[in-house]
Amino acid sequence: MVANSSISRVLRKVPRENAFYFFTSIGNYTGENAGSLEEFVRKIKEVDAKSLEFHLYRGDFEKWVDETLEDKELAEKIRSLKSLSPSGNSLRNQLYLIVSKRYEKLKGEFCS
Amino acid sequence: MKIKNQAVVLDNLDWKILQILQENAKQTYTEIGQLLGVAHSTIYDHIHKMEEHGVIKKYTAVVDLEKIGIKHVTAIMTVFTNPQESEKVAKRLSESKEVLEVSASLSENLSIIAKVVAENQNRLHLFIAQSVAPLPGVLRIRTSIITRKYKDERFSIEKWKMESKH
Repeated sequence: MVANSSISRVLRKVPRENAFYFFTSIGNYTGENAGSLEEFVRKIKEVDAKSLEFHLYRGDFEKWVDETLEDKELAEKIRSLKSLSPSGNSLRNQLYLIVSKRYEKLKGEFCS
Repeated sequence: MKIKNQAVVLDNLDWKILQILQENAKQTYTEIGQLLGVAHSTIYDHIHKMEEHGVIKKYTAVVDLEKIGIKHVTAIMTVFTNPQESEKVAKRLSESKEVLEVSASLSENLSIIAKVVAENQNRLHLFIAQSVAPLPGVLRIRTSIITRKYKDERFSIEKWKMESKH
């Protein structure tokens, strides 16, 4: 069981300068961003799969989850996804499963 | 040079001096005077007036970064913005040391075009992701990294004067 204060930190809305900005390649911003774990879950379903590939293999997702949201457990799970080398919609589905499961778990623990 | 209705009007000698300075800004008043057949004090007066009124904005050195071993990446970044925030985005970009030029374009949607320089591609991406994308009013960004330059010249007064005569 994780302390409520830690959970609320992971679930909080971060300032816009700390949000996650989705790019499809170097310098090409899609216009989509996520300022919380809840938004991040939603955006995984919406953004171009190219963007998910770009960020997964650069390690951007795990870095943001670890350093900004401060959820080391989720960061580790995202990191381990890389070793399976997923791409396209398979990557989208696997990433969505990992992140949404974690989000639902934390939300459930926070409410109880 | 005269000021007419608050506008700067250059005389023939001013134009000639500007052409010479554009070729090589290190030439002395005496050298320019000799080329144009006028006294160096006259050249001094004309240049001084043009500096004072902002016709000549600055003198600068064009440095070949490759020759001094500075590796860098240059990119042209098009920032599509919300029209209400466009001016602010342009001003914020202009304040960044990574940004060399900032212009507004009305070609399709309202956009800001900027020339950006960074140490490498990763630094370029970090700058855009951390300092440009989060600016209020930024809708999306397209970036093209320059791989080779075929021509790199400044606006030439001499060429423009020749063409405007025809």
